[in-house]
Amino acid sequence: MNAPAKPCLDIRNLSAVLPNGLRVLRSVSLAVEPGEVRALVGESGAGKTMIGKAVLGVLPPSVRIVEGNMLLEGEDLGRLAPKARRTLIGARTALIPQDPLTALNPSRRIGPQMTDRLVRILGWSGEKADARIRQLLDEVQIRDPERVLKCYPHELSGGMRQRVLIAAAFAAEPRLIVADEPTTALDVTVQKQILRLIAQLQREHGTAILFVTHDLGVVAKISQKVSVLYAGKVVEEADTAALFAAPQHPYTLALMAATPRYTDPFASLKPVDDKVLAGLAAEIAAADQAWRRPHG
Amino acid sequence: MDEARISRHGSRARLWLAGGWLLIALLAAIFAPLVAPQDPLAQDLMLERLPPFWLGGAEPGYWLGTDSLGRDLLSRLIFGARIAFIVAFAAAFAACLVGSTLGLIAGYFGGWADRIISRIVDVWMAFPPVLFAILLVAVLGTGLSSVIIAIAVIDWTRFCRVIRAETMGQSRMDYVENARIAGYGRIGIMLREVLPNVVPSIVALLSLEMGIAVIVEAILSFVNLSISTDDPTWGGIIAEGRLSIHQAWWVLVFPLVTLILTVLSFSQFGEGLRARFDPVLR
Ligand SMILES: Nc1ncnc2c1ncn2[C@@H]1O[C@H](COP(=O)(O)OP(=O)(O)O)[C@@H](O)[C@H]1O
Ligand SMILES: [Mg+2]
Repeated sequence: MNAPAKPCLDIRNLSAVLPNGLRVLRSVSLAVEPGEVRALVGESGAGKTMIGKAVLGVLPPSVRIVEGNMLLEGEDLGRLAPKARRTLIGARTALIPQDPLTALNPSRRIGPQMTDRLVRILGWSGEKADARIRQLLDEVQIRDPERVLKCYPHELSGGMRQRVLIAAAFAAEPRLIVADEPTTALDVTVQKQILRLIAQLQREHGTAILFVTHDLGVVAKISQKVSVLYAGKVVEEADTAALFAAPQHPYTLALMAATPRYTDPFASLKPVDDKVLAGLAAEIAAADQAWRRPHG
Repeated sequence: MDEARISRHGSRARLWLAGGWLLIALLAAIFAPLVAPQDPLAQDLMLERLPPFWLGGAEPGYWLGTDSLGRDLLSRLIFGARIAFIVAFAAAFAACLVGSTLGLIAGYFGGWADRIISRIVDVWMAFPPVLFAILLVAVLGTGLSSVIIAIAVIDWTRFCRVIRAETMGQSRMDYVENARIAGYGRIGIMLREVLPNVVPSIVALLSLEMGIAVIVEAILSFVNLSISTDDPTWGGIIAEGRLSIHQAWWVLVFPLVTLILTVLSFSQFGEGLRARFDPVLR
């Protein structure tokens, strides 16, 4: 509580509801320290993407935040005027998206698409932006930047597109990057390269990353801290090493049992068992009960 | 791969054939006084119902024959092209401007803007278009500008519907979200990010609409509601040709063929252009 450095991202007690009253985020608290990779792991539909969107200010209009705060480098996003919030988010954050195809504008060439943001949002000169983009393309190991800059997105492979998006995300030197399952849409062979690339750029640039994934194998490789999400609720949070050494929550244990291991690929994988699920359901119900009392 | 190549060849051939015909017709319209062999209004009872050049009894200089008043059919078609193209361009651009703008706004902003615009479109489309046009021209009075206004007033909904749907699809794409995260303004995103992706559809629709405008103008001329009856229009010629179909079929057939070729060319040209413009299809 008396740590001098402010967290890069500090989510406190965040709840969001759908129009039908269902809570998709259940009092989520989660912090990402400067320069740290925090993994957010959970099965599909747990609300991982929702948390990322809430931070970046792009929640779907049907989803409403009903409680909690989000602090970006100490600034409470909820207290800022919309315009100031957009500017802050634009300057300090970036997204590495899940689907590298639709994340690039199909009718614009890569070059202008990448420099545009630096020029228009950060006010850089064209030459400076151009030089920066080339440097980043080099960092993501794109060998023929001249060609790539002139390409339309559909002329590049999925892996190349994701490299371009990683370069674009790091180009503006954001403090925080939200990476939303950045390897899920890629071929298995490319996944490892992309993961290694993100880890490498993260180290070199010292950028904090909120790394969303459903894959504990990825968590182990890339993160220092991890939050386990189930049905919009953080059920366990720990240092990554500690979590793998001694998982506390039965759901985390069950997730580990459901993840294949390279050391023992033929060990049988167990689906999350019914007792654990029943326990989770009770936990969620209790949390909702407790939440509803003051919120009517 | 092969299929893609064949379809690309097909679309290129389409583009050139359709564009070729439209260019010829457009040039003829622009330079009508120079290229028309005869005065399109000159009547000569000695020359009435001359057949086209390859039939017996044809006169040199009257290539497609004459109508029942002895006026040269080819010259009348060439001058008729002027009105057809003026109406096509003016009406289609007006309809496109109004419809695409509203469609873009409805599709991009959604919510209230979309509900209001979509409701207006629904009500608008409940009117049968041809009756609507006749009614409008009856109210506005006949004349070139009334015809143009009538077509634009009726057909903006076509642009609005298609562009709204396309814009909606585009707005859901992650690149739009990315632009918002980067901090671009809403209107900036609409114009710089989304609009370029719907331009191919706008172009295709615009060309299609030009063809439709040509037909509507012909229909209005046909029922004598278009321009003053003196100026030759394709619809007017068809109306006259219908009366003398048994004595002089060519007065009906040539303007019909011209009309159909032009309308088809507009729509094919639009499709060809769409394929050209679209970076993903290209
Ligand atoms: N646009 C939306 N409107 C309403 N509910 C949504 C929307 N998108 C996702 N959801 C719901 O929110 C929950 C969390 O979704 P999401 O954050 O995408 O999960 P994850 O990324 O963990 O797979 C899911 O139950 C999903 O059905
Ligand atoms: Mg997701």
